[in-house]
Amino acid sequence: MPEAPFSTAFAAGLLGGAVPPGVTARDPAEAERRFAVYRNNVAHGLTRALASRFPVIERLLGAAFFTALAPLFIAAHPPASPRLFEWGAAFPDFLRTFPPLAGLPYLADVARLEMARGAAYHAADLRPLSPAALAALASTPDTARLVLHPSVQIIASDHAVGTIWAMNQPGAAPHDITDRPETVAVLRDRALNVQVWPLTSPETAFVAALRDALPLLTAAQAATRHDPRFDPAPLIGRLMQAGAFIAEPEEMP
Amino acid sequence: MTMMTRTLTLTASLATAMTLAAAQAHAEGAMEKCYGVAMAGQNDCAAGPGTTCAGTATMDYQGNAWKLVPAGTCTTITTPHGMGSLEPIKDM
Repeated sequence: MPEAPFSTAFAAGLLGGAVPPGVTARDPAEAERRFAVYRNNVAHGLTRALASRFPVIERLLGAAFFTALAPLFIAAHPPASPRLFEWGAAFPDFLRTFPPLAGLPYLADVARLEMARGAAYHAADLRPLSPAALAALASTPDTARLVLHPSVQIIASDHAVGTIWAMNQPGAAPHDITDRPETVAVLRDRALNVQVWPLTSPETAFVAALRDALPLLTAAQAATRHDPRFDPAPLIGRLMQAGAFIAEPEEMP
Repeated sequence: MTMMTRTLTLTASLATAMTLAAAQAHAEGAMEKCYGVAMAGQNDCAAGPGTTCAGTATMDYQGNAWKLVPAGTCTTITTPHGMGSLEPIKDM
């Protein structure tokens, strides 16, 4: 539906543009100041939305820095959809290329992890594979395929992204971090809690192969290239328990 | 080990892994979605087409809102409108 010109001008005005033509006040000289109330509410609301989407980024930067940074991001990447949970995909790259943050190279990956958590929470609601169906697949392990739930995502980083994230959760005790490459899986479990799992390199190869819809045996072979003694049982068990396998891609119920 | 034996070993360990995981999942007592049992604002998700979602049910025992309950218990839950349902309840 095409937007009426007034609402387009109004929306642009809210994000820092001029007061839209037609907006007036009892004392027209006050229109600018009164419209600024709306502008400020929108900026504040979006800043808080960004902070609730990226709580660890806010914690790492400090509330003052975050509050100063948010309007710059909002101006560059305003929400494209009324569903705010879809907003923020550009935030990791924004952080990566924001010159004052050049000394914190891990921030962008932490932001990607937080974005993935939101995506996992809102991922399509597909029915997990039943234990009976998994048991049936066990009779044909050489050809079986295990389809991952759409909530499952892999975040690989050159930095200790999982440790940094975990240590900045409420109640976590901070300790020294060795900054080394880490990979985590982000997924939503059967109880609708979003989980962040550190993955070893064979586990990463295994989950990534399943993510690429490769057969189970191919995934296990990929894992054994990283560790010849890789045992798939614990990981398959955890994924199954979390409801991370689905029967096959299906329509939303 | 030859390529062949390695593949066979791997195949066997996958079969074991899947059997174990299936047995575990049975034992863990999975959850199921139960419609029509949640109080207003207490549903886990899905209060209507296109909504998102948890805590958005606007009335008690709303037929299209669900809550996670231990598998097998849903249809034994009594509400003022009847039993819990594994499928959305159309009219109340």
